[in-house]
Amino acid sequence: MFEHYISLFIKAVFIENMALAFFLGMCTFLALSKKIDAAIGLGIAVIVVLGITVPVNNLIYTSLLKDGALAWAGYPEVNLSFLGLLTYIGVIAALVQILEMVLDKFFPDLYNALGVFLPLITVNCAIMGAALFMVERDYNFGESVVYGLGAGVGWALAIASLAGIREKLKYSDVPEGLRGLGITFITVGLMSLGFMSFSGISL
Amino acid sequence: MSDMTIKKVLFEPVANNNPIALQILGICSALAVTTSLQLSLVMAAAVCLVTAFSSMSISMIRNHIPSSIRIIVQMTIIASLVIVVDQLLQAFAYELSKKLSVFVGLIITNCIVMGRAEAFAMKNGPIMSFVDGIGNGLGYGAVLIAVAVVRELLGSGSLFGIEILATVNNGGWYQPNGLLLLPPSAFFIIGLIIWGLRSWKTDQKEAPDYKMKAHVTKEAF
Repeated sequence: MFEHYISLFIKAVFIENMALAFFLGMCTFLALSKKIDAAIGLGIAVIVVLGITVPVNNLIYTSLLKDGALAWAGYPEVNLSFLGLLTYIGVIAALVQILEMVLDKFFPDLYNALGVFLPLITVNCAIMGAALFMVERDYNFGESVVYGLGAGVGWALAIASLAGIREKLKYSDVPEGLRGLGITFITVGLMSLGFMSFSGISL
Repeated sequence: MSDMTIKKVLFEPVANNNPIALQILGICSALAVTTSLQLSLVMAAAVCLVTAFSSMSISMIRNHIPSSIRIIVQMTIIASLVIVVDQLLQAFAYELSKKLSVFVGLIITNCIVMGRAEAFAMKNGPIMSFVDGIGNGLGYGAVLIAVAVVRELLGSGSLFGIEILATVNNGGWYQPNGLLLLPPSAFFIIGLIIWGLRSWKTDQKEAPDYKMKAHVTKEAF
């Protein structure tokens, strides 16, 4: 049982890396990877938000939306799964807002470090993508906790290493048209090639 | 922007102000579907429709939305439209919707839709916003289709699933390049497209972050 969770975690971090294998969260990934400090801050915020929203969405899906999930309320034939998209985005937006308030009240230092990034996370496709993958692959509650954390760690790892590369790349002489966005895409492609060598690992 | 004409609003985003290549928007949900041309066309059409109709509806009610909750209102409108698209696909093209898997749902968080709602639809009338949505959808679709043609043609020797280059497996001459079906190739192709676009439209080039100082030889004293 324990091995199953570790295997799932490794898979979510390295093999099915959110940013490099599924292209999720690309907008923020490219826009905010110029400075390594900002990248790490954003990475941590993503880990926290993913670790909370995926399990919460899992609970909502299994107890309210799934086909026949409302049996406990006396409506066994109701299937609300078409409301999924609207619910997940609502849950994500609400949780990010709550998290922001809680951090502001109880952990002001952390809030000051993450503050700018939290609102951006609502529209980060990686968060929504993880919720949708969780539903599609039918994870149970335990698996969804592990998957959420793993996906977050993988994304954070990817953005932190890209920021590291870009800080060095700043000093290199890139052809004019390729400068900025173009070379970043090529770099991400090479990183993605590197991450592909993890495929096939299983515990 | 006083000289706004429908034609300009419609075609500006395709080459001059492309949402993917210049505004860095909406790359997220796009690249994974470009392994086949058919999927990319469906995805481009879906994004086009969602952007156009969400911009139009948001523009219609833009004077009634309190600015503190505008993001939630925009999100709700976009999510409802995406649900409609998703249900339509599941009803009429079930196989396709299985292949697109989570990426239809991810149109909600596609930054193009939100970005246009926030940047254009909140300030302009419904018809202009509709045209702007279509234009940005087309700009997105153009990049998507360009990437998909390269990936499907060279990666599996076919277009729309019809064989163009006879592959070695079927007794032909073309050895398919498997790398083009894997995620990294999409990044390379977009990078090269941006390079091409910026060599053509030179005003889109970015300024260098760092410039080396000219070497100065100093006298000894």
